[in-house]
Amino acid sequence: MPLPTLAESAIILGAEAEDWRAAVRIVGRALVASGVAKPGYADEMIRMIEEHGPYVVIAPGLALAHARPGPEVIGDGLAVVTLATPVAFGHPHNDPVTVVLGLALTSVAGHLESIAAIANVFNDSNAIAELAAATSAEEVLRIMASAEQS
Amino acid sequence: MKIVAICGAGIGSSGILKVNAERVLKRLGIDADVTAADIGSVAAAAADAQVILTSSEFVDAIGQTYADVIVVDNYFDTDELSRKLKRALG
Repeated sequence: MPLPTLAESAIILGAEAEDWRAAVRIVGRALVASGVAKPGYADEMIRMIEEHGPYVVIAPGLALAHARPGPEVIGDGLAVVTLATPVAFGHPHNDPVTVVLGLALTSVAGHLESIAAIANVFNDSNAIAELAAATSAEEVLRIMASAEQS
Repeated sequence: MKIVAICGAGIGSSGILKVNAERVLKRLGIDADVTAADIGSVAAAAADAQVILTSSEFVDAIGQTYADVIVVDNYFDTDELSRKLKRALG
């Protein structure tokens, strides 16, 4: 099952973010850098969290930032951002967050296979810690590629 | 049996819940139809559902329902999902 495209330009390691909004903005920049989103997509991802709460923190230490398909999305793609200092999103169980994934999808239909591939990576309970400790984009790509084998 | 996974956008997090719920149900030998939906369409999507999977942020917005509402903390922990689904369905 293929992951949404994860370009090297969408991997940012050891970023400094003063709060969760700043962290999501870095993810937005990563998605812009790889050409799958426009700058306004960061605002949409932030708005989703302001509107619905920190539910995007779907596992201890991991947030999956995303918004709906729309004019701010150019293509399907994934970003991986790790934070030098973990930030709180306000989640009752899974704070603080060290790894923030960003997801841009052009349509709701047909996205499920790539979502399943994300699940494959992180159903391995070591994956979040491995990503948080990664020091190179190659290492991140190797961890994320473990989905292809399962 | 119908199970609905609810999140803010109806993609992403609810998609992960759907995929992992299907894996757990298969392991448990339970036949169920699992769909992902956004919170805005929960009334229609979950009208005839037995179980709603979601995170704690959405419990109030889901409101009154005949379905069992299961709050999932770690979307990637299939043991947690398995335990909570078994409790709701058993």
